[in-house]
Amino acid sequence: MASRQWNNRLIQWIDDRFPVVSMAHHQMYEYPMPRNLNYWWSFGSLAGIILLIMILSGIFLSMQYQPSVDLAFDSIERIMRDVNYGWLVRYMHQTGSSLFFAIIYIHIFRGMYYGSYKSPREITWITGVIIFLIMMATAFMGYALVWGQMSFWAATAITNLFTAIPFIGESATVWLWGGYSIDNPTLNRFYALHYLFPFVIFAVVFLHLIALHTTRSNNPLGIDLKSRQDWIPFHPYYTVKDLVGVGALATLFAVLVFFAPDALSEPENFIPANPLVTPEHLVPEWYFLPFYAILRAVPNIWFIPAKLAGVIAMFGATMIWLFLPWLDPSKVRSARFRPIYRVFFWILVANCLVLGWCGAHVPEGLWLILSRVTTAYYFLHFLVLLPAIGLIEKPRPLPHSISQAVLKPSPSHPEPAAAAAQRS
Amino acid sequence: MSATHRAPSSDGVPTEHMTPAEAREIERVQELLDTRYMADIGPLKEGWGRREFLNISTIAVSFAGLGLFVWPFLQSMNPAADVEALASIDVDLSPIETGQAITVVWRGKPVFIRHRTEAEIVAARQGDGEELLDPELDTARTEKPEWLVVIGICTHLGCVPRGQRSTDPRGDYGGWFCSCHGAQYDTSGRIRKGPAPKNLEVPPYVFVNDDTIRIG
Repeated sequence: MASRQWNNRLIQWIDDRFPVVSMAHHQMYEYPMPRNLNYWWSFGSLAGIILLIMILSGIFLSMQYQPSVDLAFDSIERIMRDVNYGWLVRYMHQTGSSLFFAIIYIHIFRGMYYGSYKSPREITWITGVIIFLIMMATAFMGYALVWGQMSFWAATAITNLFTAIPFIGESATVWLWGGYSIDNPTLNRFYALHYLFPFVIFAVVFLHLIALHTTRSNNPLGIDLKSRQDWIPFHPYYTVKDLVGVGALATLFAVLVFFAPDALSEPENFIPANPLVTPEHLVPEWYFLPFYAILRAVPNIWFIPAKLAGVIAMFGATMIWLFLPWLDPSKVRSARFRPIYRVFFWILVANCLVLGWCGAHVPEGLWLILSRVTTAYYFLHFLVLLPAIGLIEKPRPLPHSISQAVLKPSPSHPEPAAAAAQRS
Repeated sequence: MSATHRAPSSDGVPTEHMTPAEAREIERVQELLDTRYMADIGPLKEGWGRREFLNISTIAVSFAGLGLFVWPFLQSMNPAADVEALASIDVDLSPIETGQAITVVWRGKPVFIRHRTEAEIVAARQGDGEELLDPELDTARTEKPEWLVVIGICTHLGCVPRGQRSTDPRGDYGGWFCSCHGAQYDTSGRIRKGPAPKNLEVPPYVFVNDDTIRIG
């Protein structure tokens, strides 16, 4: 590594002692990126960028926020009205959380479609699921900090989930609260952890990237790199491609922040928290709706009471992703070559959207039936359909290599080879 | 990262599955990649071309954008509207007897208001002629001779000097004495002795009427 030669003596001096320049050079020019990545692969870098935006805006918000039950709500109104550009910083943080989840969901489902969780990328996938779990905890606690009605009662409802744990549930919840209800100690610890967790995420992102760069990026064909024609360097090809995504994200972000900052949030949360009155209709932010639907859908199952069963199902809905690499026996990664799986993938996506739709409604009548059906299907997909499809499906033939598949003359690209032959 | 990176070499190009046209195309692309992939170095022309212009302008615009992005964050740390709203206060001087002093808070700082005695005014005016560390006329530091209004923060390192009460130590010049590092101020709040470099600052104020001042 230190043997690399640079023209600039200062760079050489630093690089001999701390090979940051060699490392950057390696990742930019030598690390092989499949040449055929599409825009669904941009969402990883977008997630990284929005994480940085969240940390940056969060740090500046924390300089103005007061984590005390008497001051929290008012301090946020002060940020909105009195602090210079406070409205902008806060709306960036609020809108950013929604976009962060949207990006992460696309990133996760991209991995499912193209089989990015399969060997040898299991650890990349698992660290990703861990990031998502920490992200959910961070978002939940951050939402509580606003200390509006929805904040307070969402925090109450979610922490009460722990009372469902047999035997230790009650005392675990008291421990979580630091009291006998959500109160000042709870708000204080949520604030402390809400500040800590993003940096934990930041660290796990590096583990995610180490694993990724060891096994290399998957690609839309789901086949391995075989020769030099299959790959291109990250820079300038994917830096530029990622910048297109960044531009699109920045545009959407600006539209939401400046023109519809509250479009995705609950108006109920503009009412300060009141421990004596619960809002008529308790709903989480949109990104938790599918999980919320699962929580409420589950009835008593044998000896397990509905409350505990709901909690198990809700956490299980994410935990099941950890086992995805072993639930899918198909050796073919990309759904492009899996005619049956591809259909069921889109059914799963639709199923998750319907779950979210159910989560926004009171679980009565048709909504309850729909919640139960989609919840059951969700688990059916991962536990039954996925293993079964992998066994019975006959995948379409894989191309021999990325370059062969990508460079093949097609009607839309009339004979590049012939054109090349003419030139030479 | 190892010196021998694991990128597949081009040796194992499987040509047996391809038509000759495909093989030629792959060869052409290979050549293109090998010669141009590193930062896309084409044959460099002398001087400034379109490439340099695009590079430099992209970087310049990026930095401008970064500046615009960071500006609101930094600006959010400046005093907020509710802080600015406290920027001026009215003080009723009528209860302050001659020889008394009061301390009021303006922008979170102590402001000394002293109703000076005849002797203190004379001492302050005499001081005008003496050798001062930070020369300033007493008339320039007061609106009315009997009222001295100064910010009660030592210009050395920000302590609050003593001398507001008649029982406090007031130093050799009868004004204020800063017990932190021994700065001494006279009855016009001017630095006379000790490490402080400047006179006590006179805040902006006006007499709204004979008995009331507005500071700020």
